[in-house]
Amino acid sequence: MAAETAKVDPMHQFTIEPLLGANMDVAGFNIAFTNSALWMLITAVVLWIFMLGGMKRELVPGRWQMTVETFTGFIDDMLEANVGKEGRKYVPYIFSLFMFILFANLLGLLPLGIVGLHPFTFTSHFTVTGVLAIISFSIVLIVGFWKHGFHFFSLFVPHGTPLPMIPIIFPIELISFLVRPFSLGLRLFVAMMAGHVLLEVLSSFVIDGWNAGAGFGLLVGVPSFLLMIGICALELLVAAIQAYVFALLSSLYINDAENLH
Amino acid sequence: MPQIAQLAETYASQIFWLLVIFGFVYFVVGRGMVPKVMDTVGLRDKQIADDLSAAQSARDAADEAEEAWRKRENANREAAQALVSEAKGKAQASTEGKLAEVQARIDTQLAEAEARIEESRAAAAAEIESVAAEAAQDITARLGNVIVTETEARSAVQKAMAHG
Repeated sequence: MAAETAKVDPMHQFTIEPLLGANMDVAGFNIAFTNSALWMLITAVVLWIFMLGGMKRELVPGRWQMTVETFTGFIDDMLEANVGKEGRKYVPYIFSLFMFILFANLLGLLPLGIVGLHPFTFTSHFTVTGVLAIISFSIVLIVGFWKHGFHFFSLFVPHGTPLPMIPIIFPIELISFLVRPFSLGLRLFVAMMAGHVLLEVLSSFVIDGWNAGAGFGLLVGVPSFLLMIGICALELLVAAIQAYVFALLSSLYINDAENLH
Repeated sequence: MPQIAQLAETYASQIFWLLVIFGFVYFVVGRGMVPKVMDTVGLRDKQIADDLSAAQSARDAADEAEEAWRKRENANREAAQALVSEAKGKAQASTEGKLAEVQARIDTQLAEAEARIEESRAAAAAEIESVAAEAAQDITARLGNVIVTETEARSAVQKAMAHG
């Protein structure tokens, strides 16, 4: 991108471009269908197609069905381990969250630039990760107050806190609780953005190195290219780990709401 | 950084489409498909558990049947053994009875025979005595012209015979 200016802007990949209805306004809010929305849609459709493989409902599963069942079993086990028996009712939400983020991260890493398409990683936008984090946090709040009422505030007083310490501990715990949605959303956004910027910068080293001559190409371009291969593998790992961390932390927070400590 | 530079113009679109599409994912995939997939897994687990428990109960039944068979077998064997030993005892008893009877018969026969022998011997001894007495009477009469009465001769013979 921006090749004609011979200058690679590593941040350009995050630019949101309206594709349809650039002037589609609802109540003063612009809700244009952008490349970001397109990739959300692609992610959802790919996830839906993936899940179709799990709908064969055969007694002896094939590979695809087995894969889908492994993912649902993974989330089910995670919730059972972290929340307990009541955790099962959150499987649909945590599964949707995990798979949506995982597929978004992986699809954003597809090397579609080779065929002239630009994959867009919407998880590298804090507007998106923030909304997901707020949804998780809202579930925690709603479940917490629904189940425990004002007793939910005892979450901020750890078990066995001496009485004189409560005025100090309570605000600390409250702040650490309130910071959760920010840390949850920012972690994913930063990890995805950093990875993509790194790949873009390294690729600009490869291109600019070779453009500057064979000497620079061998000295800078080749090592950068080798490093890129390694970073790509690392990014695939990060894509999975960040989705897992998001789902895991959401389930841990839900555990706080379900079972006050 | 487009995330911040474009924030004002794009946040509404981002949030709107995320809610729409994540909502679709949650309701169609999460609520629609995931429970069915998990049902399938649960059904399979249940079937496996059922099969396993059926196998276990079948094995238990087999063990029970074997145990019962073994008990019956042991009882039968014991009964047979009892029958055999009873028959043996009966046979022994009857043998003993018969033997005792035969023995008794033999004993009486023996006793009779001995009595007969004794009788014969006594008769023979009496015969010998009288013959010896006659002979002694005769001998004394011939040799010493001594007339010995039959009674004297007989007592002398008896004395000699008692001395052997």
